[in-house]
Amino acid sequence: MIINANRRVYLDHSATTPLDKEVLSEMLPYFTEQFGNADSVHSFGSDAAFAVDSARRKIAEILGVKSTEIYFTSGGTEADNWAIKGIAEARKKKGKHIVTSSIEHAAIMSACKQLVAQGYEITYLPVDPFGLISPSDLSSAIRSDTILVSIMLANNEVGTIQPIKELCEIAHSRDVLFHSDAVQAMGSIPVSVSDLGVDLLTLSAHKFYGPKGVGALYVKSGVKPDKLIIGGHQERTMRGGTTNVPAVVGMAKALEIAVRDLEKNYKHIKDLRDYFVDSIQKCVSHVKYNGEIKNRLPQNANFSFEFIEGESLLLNLDLCGIACSSGSACSSGSLEPSHVLLAMGIPPEIAHGSIRFSFGKENTREEVDYTVNKIQETVNKLREISPLFAEFKGDIKSV
Amino acid sequence: MYNERVIKEFSAPQNTGVIKHANAVGRVGNAACGDIMKIFMKINDDGIIEDVSFQTFGCAAAIATSSVATAMVKGKTIDEALKITNAQVIEELGGLPAQKLHCSVLAEEAIKAAINDYLTDYKNKDK
Repeated sequence: MIINANRRVYLDHSATTPLDKEVLSEMLPYFTEQFGNADSVHSFGSDAAFAVDSARRKIAEILGVKSTEIYFTSGGTEADNWAIKGIAEARKKKGKHIVTSSIEHAAIMSACKQLVAQGYEITYLPVDPFGLISPSDLSSAIRSDTILVSIMLANNEVGTIQPIKELCEIAHSRDVLFHSDAVQAMGSIPVSVSDLGVDLLTLSAHKFYGPKGVGALYVKSGVKPDKLIIGGHQERTMRGGTTNVPAVVGMAKALEIAVRDLEKNYKHIKDLRDYFVDSIQKCVSHVKYNGEIKNRLPQNANFSFEFIEGESLLLNLDLCGIACSSGSACSSGSLEPSHVLLAMGIPPEIAHGSIRFSFGKENTREEVDYTVNKIQETVNKLREISPLFAEFKGDIKSV
Repeated sequence: MYNERVIKEFSAPQNTGVIKHANAVGRVGNAACGDIMKIFMKINDDGIIEDVSFQTFGCAAAIATSSVATAMVKGKTIDEALKITNAQVIEELGGLPAQKLHCSVLAEEAIKAAINDYLTDYKNKDK
């Protein structure tokens, strides 16, 4: 197995993407020559402040919003936490009920869990077998004390894209704010804040070939979440902490490139994904393709390989140099498989055998062929030692 | 996450499959939790485990512990095999990540389940 380890294929772009070289060169001067603190009064500071302002304007322009509506954060998790906890605190006099979905990222789930301990009530909307939320479920979940709806634009595990515009209209018709985590969607599909109509939107730079450790929260003018991180007067007093100048410069550049090349990358990535999905379905028996077919991120493929456990497949592929991600619990240490797959009604024993492959702009067809081949080999090898597969074959024989 | 020994046992496990003329089978764990370990043994009239094999549905640690646990009981008497603890399985592997310790417990249980299966059967035949 180890002999192939010199060959590496990265199929985990939903976890993180490599920094674009164009982005890196844009960032570099801000580590060294232009190192100023954007809050300093002197010219070093104003140079940095100018770079931060330009980055903010660029991002705002791409999203179709005002630059005063963009707040930089340390990443997607902080932005998600801020949206949930900030609105919860700011609107608690109106009510203490929040509606979210059962397939949100841990950044939302954990924030909600903490709020429950503070007396808030959370409704987790169910999803259908493809991971879609039903607008009528949202409509019936909203109560007079509901203060916020938070639903991700696209899911990180199965790539399902939610009908945010429609969901948002329902929330607004009942005078409830709407937040969406767009971390997975941004850079992969066109995202326009004015089209979606959301009040708050979360972004993370490293998902679109930008640097790690930087993200943003869009907050519509007039919406006032309480502060999450307090300190100095940065981010127009809304978020303390010295601005990470190279990172925000990198984030803006990465978003600019992502949007500039979106059509080309979308096609390339979707073609590869579709080719991969077709090949797997042809070459491997007893596989289930999880998620939506049509309303789906182009980079995402999520398969359940029956009779085997995800982590053992993932590690075998890793030994062949192939990087992917497991929806299985065994890799994270808990015994519970992916909450997303379970919410979609996938039985736990099938969910345990689930793997996410997420493609990127630098992947090739040849890499897909190599991966399909290795998956086929590994799945066969693991099924050979699987009691579930043996029992399944025995059942077939005895029928 | 895993040491080299675990990776070695996991990528090329020993004693896989079903042995012919097994007279003891132990099956522990459950699919919903992501682990099933099934151990097959051929125990002779002197109570010695002549041959042993396993089938495992589970993570890398579950497969690696199955591999070393079966190797550890091969050639041993039933009494010796029953004394094998999960701690010894972990030691043999040179350690397991904390969240994977339950896999070694599963291996210990699978050995015990197989031997109990044999003993139950043996006693029944005796009667």
